[in-house]
Amino acid sequence: MTTKEATFTYTLRLGDDALILGHRLSELCSKAPFIEEDLALTNIALDMIGRAQAMLSHAAELEGKGKTADDLAYRRPEINYYNHLITEQPNGDFAHTIVRQLYLSAFEFLFYCELEKSKDETLAAIAKKASKEVQYHWQHAMDWTIRLGDGTGESKRRMQIALYELWMYTGELFEMDAVDETLIKAGIAVDLTSLKTQWLNLIKNTVTEATLLMPDDTYMQSGSRKGIHSEHLGHILSELQYLQRAYPDAIW
Amino acid sequence: MNSDTQLDLWEVFIQSKSGQPYIHAGSIHASDMKMAMQNARDTYTRRGEGTSIWVVPSKYIVASNPDDNAMLFDPSNDKIYRHPTFYVMPEGAKNI
Repeated sequence: MTTKEATFTYTLRLGDDALILGHRLSELCSKAPFIEEDLALTNIALDMIGRAQAMLSHAAELEGKGKTADDLAYRRPEINYYNHLITEQPNGDFAHTIVRQLYLSAFEFLFYCELEKSKDETLAAIAKKASKEVQYHWQHAMDWTIRLGDGTGESKRRMQIALYELWMYTGELFEMDAVDETLIKAGIAVDLTSLKTQWLNLIKNTVTEATLLMPDDTYMQSGSRKGIHSEHLGHILSELQYLQRAYPDAIW
Repeated sequence: MNSDTQLDLWEVFIQSKSGQPYIHAGSIHASDMKMAMQNARDTYTRRGEGTSIWVVPSKYIVASNPDDNAMLFDPSNDKIYRHPTFYVMPEGAKNI
């Protein structure tokens, strides 16, 4: 594997996280609990779609096969998507949406700060923009977690269930394979080993402040690094890719 | 009195750039100051409208009573000498 090939896969993975979570959040448009939150969540979705576009354009360029970001977003089969499993999990109730944001935005907040130092200039530039956005996403998720955890009996119960149910998708965030190892040596990728303790502290502090309980260590789901997904991704793609599959090259 | 089942009402004021006045942008619902600030940001500054935000609980706004309009505002109608229309505007002067 050359550095360029590894960077392509690495960028594609980052692009897929943003694309799939952005799509999930966009499903909440007009369906959030109230209009201000509707705007907040779709704003976050738009940040994600913007990042997906930047990442996938960069990936297409690295691949060097004359493809565009759209080709990568709309023309790949499920097994060639590398988003983390947590990003494709359903929105569920509002507690699930918030906990998914909590786990992932804490990770992205730490991750993109580090990626700003990447020796790949495009990745560093995307990271610089993303870290400002992600800081807000983290703040938003953290505030809601504290508010709902320390809220009514009902909100506390729902938050606790969501914390438990999504926990098994967090182990995967820190998995590294040959792609990461090659790029860490080249100063392009982020070494996730050191992020794990920091991430755990962020989550622990928030969960404690929210008067909730940390989930126990459990079996961790895995597979997305190899393109193995939960049943949800197929359904997302059938909607996301419908237009380009039914009317290839359609434009407006 | 309050039949609104949503959260508390807040008024949002946006400053477009430093030195300019804060202008009322609209209102939002929120349960606390932090949420009010975030909702104001998400609702009213998505297209680069502002560089600074004020949020104020609507219940603290004191409004004039429309029944008092005649008393409050009519007396100023016939005082045209209060308008700066009797001066010659210096050429090139802005923001007057």
